[in-house]
Amino acid sequence: MTHRTDIQFVLNGKDVSVPNVSADQTLLDFLRLERRLTGTKEGCAEGDCGACTVLVGRLGRKGLAYVPVNACIRFLASVDGCHVVTVEHLSGPDGRLHPVQQAMIEHHGSQCGFCTPGFVMALYALWMQTPEPTETQVETALQGNLCRCTGYEPIIRAAVAVSRYGTPASDYLNTERETMTTRLAALKDGRRVVSGTEDNLSIIPSSVDDLAECLQTYPNATIVAGATDVGLWVTKFLRNIGPAIFTGHLEDLKTVERQGSLLLIGAGASYTDCQELLSEHLPHLSSYWDRIAGWQVRNMGTVGGNIANGSPIGDTPPVLIALGAEITLRRGSESRTLPLADFFIDYGKQDRQPDEFVASIHVPLPGPNDLNAAYKISKRRDEDISSVAAGIHMTVTDGTISNARIAFGGMAATPKRAAAAEAALNGRPWSRESIEAAAVALAQDFSPLTDWRASSDYRMLSAQNLLRRFFLENDTKTDTPVQLACA
Amino acid sequence: MKDNVSIIGSAHTNVKHDSAIKHVTGRADYTDDIAQPEGTLHAYLGVSDVAHAKLLDIDFSDVLATPGVVGVLTADDVPGVNDISPTHLNDEPVFPTDAIQFHGQPLFAVVAETRDIARRAAELAKIEYETLPHALDPIAAQEAGYPHVTAPLKLERGDVAPAQETAPNRIKGRMSVGGQDHMYLEGHIAFAIPGEDDDVVVHCSTQHPSEAQHMVAHVLGVPSNAVVVNVRRMGGGFGGKESQMNLFCAVAAMAAKKWNRAVKIRPDRDQDMTATGKRHDFVIDYDVAFDDDGRIQAVEGSFAARCGFSADLSGPVTDRALFHADNAYFYPNVRLNSRPMKTNTVSNTAFRGFGGPQGVIAAERMIEEIAYATGQDPLDVRKVNFYGTEDRNITPYHQEVEDSILDRLIGELEETSEYRKRRQDIIEFNKTSPILKKGIALTPVKFGISFTATWYNQAGALVHVYNDGSIHLNHGGTEMGQGLNTKVAQVVAEAFQVDFSRIKITKTTTEKVPNTSATAASSGTDLNGMAALNAVEQIKARLVKFAAETWNVAPEEVAFHANQVHIGQEVLPFDTFIKQAYLARVQLSAAGFYKTPKIHWDRAKGQGRPFYYYSYGASCSEVTIDTLTGEYRIERTDLLHDVGRSLNPVLDKGQVEGAFIQGMGWLTTEELWWDDAGRLRTHAPSTYKIPLASDRPRIFNVNLADWSENRELTIKRSKAVGEPPFMLGISVFEALSMAVASVAEYRECPRLDAPATPERVLMAVSRLQETL
Repeated sequence: MTHRTDIQFVLNGKDVSVPNVSADQTLLDFLRLERRLTGTKEGCAEGDCGACTVLVGRLGRKGLAYVPVNACIRFLASVDGCHVVTVEHLSGPDGRLHPVQQAMIEHHGSQCGFCTPGFVMALYALWMQTPEPTETQVETALQGNLCRCTGYEPIIRAAVAVSRYGTPASDYLNTERETMTTRLAALKDGRRVVSGTEDNLSIIPSSVDDLAECLQTYPNATIVAGATDVGLWVTKFLRNIGPAIFTGHLEDLKTVERQGSLLLIGAGASYTDCQELLSEHLPHLSSYWDRIAGWQVRNMGTVGGNIANGSPIGDTPPVLIALGAEITLRRGSESRTLPLADFFIDYGKQDRQPDEFVASIHVPLPGPNDLNAAYKISKRRDEDISSVAAGIHMTVTDGTISNARIAFGGMAATPKRAAAAEAALNGRPWSRESIEAAAVALAQDFSPLTDWRASSDYRMLSAQNLLRRFFLENDTKTDTPVQLACA
Repeated sequence: MKDNVSIIGSAHTNVKHDSAIKHVTGRADYTDDIAQPEGTLHAYLGVSDVAHAKLLDIDFSDVLATPGVVGVLTADDVPGVNDISPTHLNDEPVFPTDAIQFHGQPLFAVVAETRDIARRAAELAKIEYETLPHALDPIAAQEAGYPHVTAPLKLERGDVAPAQETAPNRIKGRMSVGGQDHMYLEGHIAFAIPGEDDDVVVHCSTQHPSEAQHMVAHVLGVPSNAVVVNVRRMGGGFGGKESQMNLFCAVAAMAAKKWNRAVKIRPDRDQDMTATGKRHDFVIDYDVAFDDDGRIQAVEGSFAARCGFSADLSGPVTDRALFHADNAYFYPNVRLNSRPMKTNTVSNTAFRGFGGPQGVIAAERMIEEIAYATGQDPLDVRKVNFYGTEDRNITPYHQEVEDSILDRLIGELEETSEYRKRRQDIIEFNKTSPILKKGIALTPVKFGISFTATWYNQAGALVHVYNDGSIHLNHGGTEMGQGLNTKVAQVVAEAFQVDFSRIKITKTTTEKVPNTSATAASSGTDLNGMAALNAVEQIKARLVKFAAETWNVAPEEVAFHANQVHIGQEVLPFDTFIKQAYLARVQLSAAGFYKTPKIHWDRAKGQGRPFYYYSYGASCSEVTIDTLTGEYRIERTDLLHDVGRSLNPVLDKGQVEGAFIQGMGWLTTEELWWDDAGRLRTHAPSTYKIPLASDRPRIFNVNLADWSENRELTIKRSKAVGEPPFMLGISVFEALSMAVASVAEYRECPRLDAPATPERVLMAVSRLQETL
């Protein structure tokens, strides 16, 4: 079968075919420059402000699902087979305002108006998913949207009131759901897509096996899953990412399920995709997960990508390492599995061959005597990169600690285990003294950097204090409140 | 015919923002949304990667060899004067000729067929330079013997030295107060379209179209009448687009004239944040003498500011810091000095409050010091030091405070917030909570309204009534989200007694109203509302005269009311009446004008009445901190703010809420961080953290002091609202300070520097714990 060379999708209900889509063409530039859909704005071009929020509907295992994403760092090639919905599509053909728009107007939710279309789109997605949200749910949904004028108060009031102006059942995306499902299914032609110019190819493999094959052909290709990191290589660093192999459409990479005493997370599963299962089996990750970036980025970014990019300040590696996670990499038809902790070799250096890709992550479920915690410290509570992130695991049997696995992000050039601190705990009694010894030992494990997020001293002191927090939280003899409530 | 008894959308009603529907539908056009003419080119700035150097040469061969590049612009291409200094000090070139003065300084622009090509090509220039030592902050600058960028100010009253000697208590301290990036969601942008002769039209996002016009003319070497600057709306300004757009307008206009094609320039967020100015950070040395009751006897203060490489607006900004270093407190003897330091950083500029917040927070720090030293509730220290009404009412700049409403305002907030009870509860809570600690603070704001550059306090408007009765309104102010256009249209609607919907609000353009002032200093409505009203009154006077003569009634018998005109016993619909006036050849257009009365200022003497009136406000915040990590949460905030008789309470409340959150951000998570090489490393929202929805106080009660009325004859007795509530955020900072102080039994002022990031909070906790 010959490769397809154009990108096909539905834009605001209309079929679109775009030939020659280069790897680094962003959805935002396409919308604004080529379609003059100027309601979608560029505020930061790094997925942090949400002014470019659009909905992307994709046909997955659970049917057609629309999620808000950042068009600024989303590559056009990655919306192949999707329905892209922009703010221009919200008002009815008769010009009647959408319930979200009405609520925003009635509650004076806009001042300068530049961030407003992005807020409208995020709230639209929230309302379809949760028509009567609590303030906390609204805040979580809006972690990826910045407003500099209103102070957010009127926007929150609008968000909780949307359902007064209409119900999701009668919304266009729901009334047209069946038709759109059929149309999107028809776009899935099972062909590999190779688009763009020779030096800037966009490659969309037809399956996971085809992905493995594509990597053999293009071993130096950039693998693009959610693009929440790679997007910035283009928008901020002007790097050439071609040839790029897009994986966001590969449902077989998105498996998220319990397999006996393990949780299997497909490398292509977004943060959002795995949140429910993780919260069920690993409740200590529930609120931590809500603090990974903002909603749009959680809908795009993948756990596999967060690992594969090797960042020392990624949110998931420390907590997964502490849980004893392993990862499976695939190369051609060969697979290998290794402890996640061993994947990170040095700054910018991971144990991955150029033609290899991260296929899945396996997280063992904790036993009855296991204590687990996940902590993140950042300058701003939500949608911030961690100054320090910590995953802490210990087994406490009859008052004695074993299996201590303590991993930190932000403390070294890679996500790294605190070997000395672990040694100071294993075989010791569960006591304040043991924890203090571990806290002291952390100074042997790490000599953190000073940068704009935090000083070396603060990183060390707060990391030590996280061990103390862990003790206070888990010690049955004390009931001292130690954490600020989430809401 | 309408038979309304009253019009829809008059003054003092909750009219929605006039662009609200366009905002939510994405149909509101910002500069980048304007359809581009065929052949539009794009410019992008090339910047320095060194903080201080002698510029030797730039090799553009690789840039020019890039397909799609049309050319470059450097200092050599400036046809007129290579200077865009808003205060005409000739210290801010469009592009430098021989000196690089900060990391990220624009050195040239690349012009290309697309923005992407221009942006990539700008990286290809080879810049040759010879590095020089740099000084980044005001202290380093003082140590290196750097000059002031503009003349410092001294304010002095009374006799400081003897008061210091005789006072029972005296505390000296130093406080560092961080700057702030505006982080308007729409960044800088200018779009120039060349015309015939010397003409050029520039669409842009500036708060100061007249200045941009004059600067473009100055740089092009053409008269101002050749340049038109248009602003439909901005996606936020906050002061960051008062003078900073001049560069972009000048570059776009130069390129447009050079290549005779439309040219757009839009930096990316990182370049916007590194190449344009911010709020000044200050290092403040204070020396406060006080009696045992905490009553201040003397204050001495030195305010050193990081101004950056040029003056820009640093003179008036540092002046305003001194004007507000008293906040709401009477200093019997006082001496304040500003130190506007030159530094090798981007030239800092206007930002909501314009230096005022940095002055106010110094006053509040001194109050805090006195409270911890005397063991009092800081609110009691505040109260004994408030300006009096009969005496103790002279400011350090010798203006009498005539309109203080703080006693009532603070009293009300103290009651409604249950401040005293909650403070007691918090002290109890802290005794039994070893890890989480709470704090509460109630802080006042007094803010002077008027440009201290007295000539800026003027405005113009142009009102047309078309012969179908529709009204076209134009004024010199710019819309950046604050609802200025809505408020001014309300004033016009009420004056003509027609519905708000009859009035078309149009873009700000230098073609319609000349020589306008910046929409800044919270003055937009005060000035432009009055100018528009003046225009309406001129037209109405002609209409009354026409009606009285035509219907043969006394002028007093002509009245405009509810979309109608009453002439003696006759009642005509407004549009019918207008049609008749037109047929009778009555001029239905007028240019209005206004200048603020009463104000005068002698900077050399440090005396005068720089402010027409004061705005007041008060804020009470409660916080919880985590003493293990320094993280915190704002539990509750109660605001009570004075906007006089509000023209539009819901828009005013929006300003108060938004300003509070922005002020809170300035003092909590918004941190500007330069590395040793002088490179700003917090230059985009990924690294520079403004508040999110989830950072709002968990309980947030916001009220306007609806009983307040401006004592002065301002527009409909309202008061300015843009800046004053920004300083309400200080209550959060002070509450954090109290929570920190609790770890050492409130014996010591924690001397938090701003912003109080989790790190600063934890380090202050740690420092105080070590004193135990």
